[in-house]
Amino acid sequence: MKPLLRVENLVTAIGSARVVDGVSFHVAAGETYALLGESGCGKSMTALSLMRLLPDGGRIVSGAVQLGETDVLGLPEREMRRVRGGQMAMVFQEPMLALNPVIKVGGQIDEALALHQGLAGQAARDAARALLDAVGVPDAARRLDTYPFELSGGLRQRMMIAMALAGEPELLIADEPTTALDVTIQAQVLDVLRRLRTERRMGMLLITHDLGVVAENADRVGVMYAGELVEEGARDTFFAAPQHPYSRMLFEALPRPGDSGRLTTIAGQVPRLDGQLRGCRFAPRCPFAIARCRTESPGWQDRDGQRVRCHLAGSLPATSVRERVAHLVAEHVSQPLLQVEGLKVHFPIRRGFIQRTVGHVHAVDDVSLAIEAGRTLALVGESGCGKTTVGKALLRLIEPTAGTILLGGETITAKNAPTLRRQAQMVFQDPFSSLNPRMRVADILLEGMDALGVGAAGTRRDAIARLLRQVGLPDDAGDRYPHAFSGGQRQRIAIARALAVSPRLVICDEPTSALDVSVQAQILNLLKDLQAELGLAYLFITHNLAVVEYLAHDVAVMYLGRIVEQGPAAEVLRAPRHPYTQALVSAVPRIEPQIGQSIIRLAGDQPSPLNPPNGCHFHPRCPQAGAVCRQTYPGQTDLGGGHWVRCHWVAGQV
Amino acid sequence: MSFMPVVLWTDRLIFALLAAVLELVWFIRRHPHLRAPWAAVARRPMAMGAALVLAVFVVIGLLDSLHYRERLPDSPPGQPQYSVEVLSAFDALVGPLRTRQEKTYSAPLAMQLYAKEFIERDGATVRDYPRLKYGGAHLKRADAREPDIVRRILVGLAQGLAVGLLLFGLLAAWQTRHRHMVFGTWLTAWATGHLGWPGRTIALTVALMLMLGMVTFHLAAGYHVFGTDKVGQDVLYISLKSIRTGLVIGTLTTLVTLPLAIVLGIAAGYFRGWVDDVIQYVYTVLNSIPGVLLIAAAVLIVQVAIEAHPDLFDTAAARADIRLLALCLIMGVTSWTSLARLLRGESLKLRTLDYVEAARAFGVSHARIISRHIFPNVFHLVLIAIVLDFSGLVLAEAVLSYVGVGVDPTMYSWGNMINGARLELAREPVVWWQLGAAFAFMFTLVLAANLFADGVRDAFDPRLEGRR
Amino acid sequence: MFAYILRRLLYAIPILIGVNLLTFALFFVVNTPDDMARLQLGAKHVTPDAIERWKVEHGYDKPLLLDSKATGSAQFTDTIFFRHSAAMFAFQFGKGDDGRDIANEIRTRMWPSLAIALPVFVIGLLVNITFALLMVFFRTTYLDLWGVVLCVVLMSVSGLFYIIAGQYFIAKLWDLLPISGYAGGINGFKFVLLPVLVSVAAGLGSGARWYRTIFLEEIGKDYVRTARAKGLGEVRVLFRHVLKNGMIPILTGAVVVLPLLFMGSLITESFFGIPGLGSYTIDAIQAQDFAVVRAMVFLGSFLYIVGLILTDISYSWVDPRVRLQ
Repeated sequence: MKPLLRVENLVTAIGSARVVDGVSFHVAAGETYALLGESGCGKSMTALSLMRLLPDGGRIVSGAVQLGETDVLGLPEREMRRVRGGQMAMVFQEPMLALNPVIKVGGQIDEALALHQGLAGQAARDAARALLDAVGVPDAARRLDTYPFELSGGLRQRMMIAMALAGEPELLIADEPTTALDVTIQAQVLDVLRRLRTERRMGMLLITHDLGVVAENADRVGVMYAGELVEEGARDTFFAAPQHPYSRMLFEALPRPGDSGRLTTIAGQVPRLDGQLRGCRFAPRCPFAIARCRTESPGWQDRDGQRVRCHLAGSLPATSVRERVAHLVAEHVSQPLLQVEGLKVHFPIRRGFIQRTVGHVHAVDDVSLAIEAGRTLALVGESGCGKTTVGKALLRLIEPTAGTILLGGETITAKNAPTLRRQAQMVFQDPFSSLNPRMRVADILLEGMDALGVGAAGTRRDAIARLLRQVGLPDDAGDRYPHAFSGGQRQRIAIARALAVSPRLVICDEPTSALDVSVQAQILNLLKDLQAELGLAYLFITHNLAVVEYLAHDVAVMYLGRIVEQGPAAEVLRAPRHPYTQALVSAVPRIEPQIGQSIIRLAGDQPSPLNPPNGCHFHPRCPQAGAVCRQTYPGQTDLGGGHWVRCHWVAGQV
Repeated sequence: MSFMPVVLWTDRLIFALLAAVLELVWFIRRHPHLRAPWAAVARRPMAMGAALVLAVFVVIGLLDSLHYRERLPDSPPGQPQYSVEVLSAFDALVGPLRTRQEKTYSAPLAMQLYAKEFIERDGATVRDYPRLKYGGAHLKRADAREPDIVRRILVGLAQGLAVGLLLFGLLAAWQTRHRHMVFGTWLTAWATGHLGWPGRTIALTVALMLMLGMVTFHLAAGYHVFGTDKVGQDVLYISLKSIRTGLVIGTLTTLVTLPLAIVLGIAAGYFRGWVDDVIQYVYTVLNSIPGVLLIAAAVLIVQVAIEAHPDLFDTAAARADIRLLALCLIMGVTSWTSLARLLRGESLKLRTLDYVEAARAFGVSHARIISRHIFPNVFHLVLIAIVLDFSGLVLAEAVLSYVGVGVDPTMYSWGNMINGARLELAREPVVWWQLGAAFAFMFTLVLAANLFADGVRDAFDPRLEGRR
Repeated sequence: MFAYILRRLLYAIPILIGVNLLTFALFFVVNTPDDMARLQLGAKHVTPDAIERWKVEHGYDKPLLLDSKATGSAQFTDTIFFRHSAAMFAFQFGKGDDGRDIANEIRTRMWPSLAIALPVFVIGLLVNITFALLMVFFRTTYLDLWGVVLCVVLMSVSGLFYIIAGQYFIAKLWDLLPISGYAGGINGFKFVLLPVLVSVAAGLGSGARWYRTIFLEEIGKDYVRTARAKGLGEVRVLFRHVLKNGMIPILTGAVVVLPLLFMGSLITESFFGIPGLGSYTIDAIQAQDFAVVRAMVFLGSFLYIVGLILTDISYSWVDPRVRLQ
């Protein structure tokens, strides 16, 4: 069969860096081809090269792109415009940024309809409505007249997809289409993409860093590393036996359910692409590399239908099975280190003429939790559920509205905040905004010690050296500025900063969500080691369930400011009882096919905490909701072993 | 001692500013992350060419800020008396330029006055253009003037070129030794712009300035290069003296602006709440009053105050200087608001960043958070504002002096030059040289400042990164 | 929305009071009526009698804030503050030194000011945006580079130079337009042309460069890439997508000066002999006519605040994100 898209030896450069170097692949009609890779590997640049939409300074050096009968790279710009959005359309990562903020979505879709189908007026409006129906936007006619900012993230991305479909493309390029979305919304959008591909027999080029997304959506997979394609094959064979050492390590770096063994990490960093590169680009980081790898760039080898660029293909040791360790069980200590009762954080909403307070956003509403020393409690939920606010309120970075916080048996108030700050510290999500670019690393680490008077002034230099060693940074790191470090290294610095005042509790706010999988593994390992070594307690705030299973002893699931289910991590994640937890667990794309578990898809979006639904906040989306759910918020139902839920439905079953 | 040093208020501030700048340079040199953007500025040809031109202006301005009063020749040795005229090191350097005063207007490079007068010639009284006392006085005949001027220009060009080549040779010798290169390779690298620094632009700018300087020097020795003004003073001299006024206004005003803008802007953005409300109120009130009127009102007050206390000033220069200082103060008070608003916005953003939250989690004090986390991260905005404001202030001086609320009318300034000359445009033939010289000098300074500011902004503004 | 505007309107009152108090302090407290009298009378005629007479003539012979001699409400009303500062809230500005009613002068003089300032504003905006869009359209070529250099050169030239050069070349040397003067109605056209031309030219450099930066910032955003990915041509991307977003900061930045157009331009009007508020102000400054200067300060502040309110309104008008929230 003749493929729909054929890319031959594509080379793209930005300045002197060859960000895409000799990439060849093909996509058939009705097929999803996934380009997989970590940030900076060139996958997005490959897509933009196909569309000929490279940023200023970027240019296609050589290669050929054949789309159907069209030679894409040979077309004059005028003709190319007909291809863009017509034969081949693209969906981008950030739907908020990718839509024009001041034009109604209907107008933006109409533009594409006019351009590629010559539709205008009522005909265009009808076509646009049909497109919104096709991508599953409820209340389509009204939504056409809204601006992007009025829509939720999931709806915005559906609008993007509808816009891409307007030209009836043969090939749809989706560049990390769900990375910015919550997991339940991601599941919805991926469903839409899968359905559309089948219905319209489109070819789809799916660009992602998420192995789970690939496993559930792709027919074939190409793995990219440092601008090159290093492995390619059908999904099933690839997932059964990845051939390239890099692919393998990606798998092993991923935390998996039911397994708490040490994660494999990839040492070193992706090489810079503007220098002279010799040999295999992965060789400097490859544990199997031989002398030949460093001098000679490997060619393609065929292995049972899988293609791989590695000198050692076939002779690598059989997939190293990671040491399987049962789930974390640590014995309970009688006295919890942190005990929170009835924590509330309400933000006033001011309106009207004299800025009267007309209501409150119940960002955190009656949250109680406890963490024992040496244990990890994961606080899980989607964006906007209030989990980060809980973390900040605990540290009094946001003043709580109500509730008591007991730390080490002492009640924390505004007066004894220094006690709190010596015992509890925080690690933030984005390692780029959490370190002051104008301070040396040593000064960053010293700041907390200075402010809280930890240790004698003379011993602080030693303390810094010890901290840097503890988090695995070179000794001379203290004299450098943050910009000299990679994302993972910066997160190590942030962890060292928190540890500098020897806290007993560390609040980790999504510490790995901005990092690549291989780097995430390093940080997770480090956190685990530090817990074992120092007996730290963690409050681990995250949306990533896979990480929870790996790291946490207990888990609390939040929805709209309240905890809906809490219990031992293994139990909650394997046998969730609350319908929301069930949907959340079910929505996570898995590498291993899920057997015996029904797939639950939630309808709609998480409502705004400004105006939460009456009764159980979850009832509008809940498949099990009954009459009582619409009226009263459910009380706590104890399921034994520290596991409880707030759900009328579960309460009825027990 | 044959002279008495005089330190005017603006002199003090100028040299304090110079010291502060040198201190800052020393500080930046030791911090690689602060040095990096400056290195980027240094790689830009346009910015470096402009910086050289600015440097010449600054040197003249600094020389003109070393003031003294000469001892009167007939004063008794025991009780020395000093002239009331305040001179500067620059005056001493250009000596004759100041003293060779004609009777009234004369055109550039002229040897005769602008207006006809009755003069005695060969015993008879005729009405003709009289010869100048100094301009072209060495010439015997009128037709010798043009060849003489051409000769002087050529000599100047040649000498400038020669000095330029000499300097270039020294640079090449030093560079080839320093970098262990063959001269030919270095020259190719220089000519093709592969030195890593804008060698071509710098060499060309220096050569051009040398040639221009030499030509002016040779011409000025025998003529009034830009003619003379109404009272016969050399326009070139006035233009050069005006440089100091322009620089003072452009820099000292910022000195007033900065503390206000930085303290209030950061405080408003960082503390928010009522602090923000109060500061916003103050700057909205100040902003809402038309700037010129506020300056006018304040200048009138200063004028009254100066006139009420004549005993405080021993010389006219001191009086003019106080008025200049007052003008800088007032312009500073009226112009801090835009920078403050910018800093407020930036501080609002910065205070929500994780590293500020991390500091708060340690209980770090507000003062320390501001000085270590906020200020260093808005400093680039302050710097960009300084260089961008400079040219605007220099231009504003001319306008204010025209309105009559600028510098003292006795002070040398481009604004006063323009103001004094614009009515003469109606004359026939037109007296254009005074205006022309003022505009040319002002344009050169402002253009150089603007080009330099562009370079600085491109290097410091993170938002512009990757754009050209 | 309505409540919002009402709140902004009420916020204007404390600002105006602040302006009023500040001018009161500047003109009457720091600089006492005696000082004014001395300045006006000149060194020769200063006698205590002359000063008193001058103060009576100008109505400055009252106490500043509180008249302890008067009774009842006159204690407060028969003062300089009430007569000369507070009265401005009712737009009662009193008389200038030439004896004419200031409010009346303002009413007649604002139209010539507007006749110059409004065309300058509109034409300037159009020309600057066009020039900026051209530079952005050719942004990867040398045309843009030289465009920027031209802008920097244009903005480095003193505003006075544009006026003097314009008057000298266009009016005097080539005799295309009258050098200065003003006439009402259709005849005024030839007088208006030169000042407008000169003012637009003087503002071109900085304006075009500023707008170019705004457009360039927009063009780097993701939604522009989306528009291109749809297959739109560069011109359409620029005009429909970039211009629409870029106009938000440009329009709101321009609206704030809209009311101030009534005040005219000091320099332009005085050079071209336009009998507007600008030349009125400059004459008052040069003649040290404090009553007029005070009135113009108040008027200027009032118009600026109106501009601020208009800015808020225009923001919500052009930006749906503000309008609908």
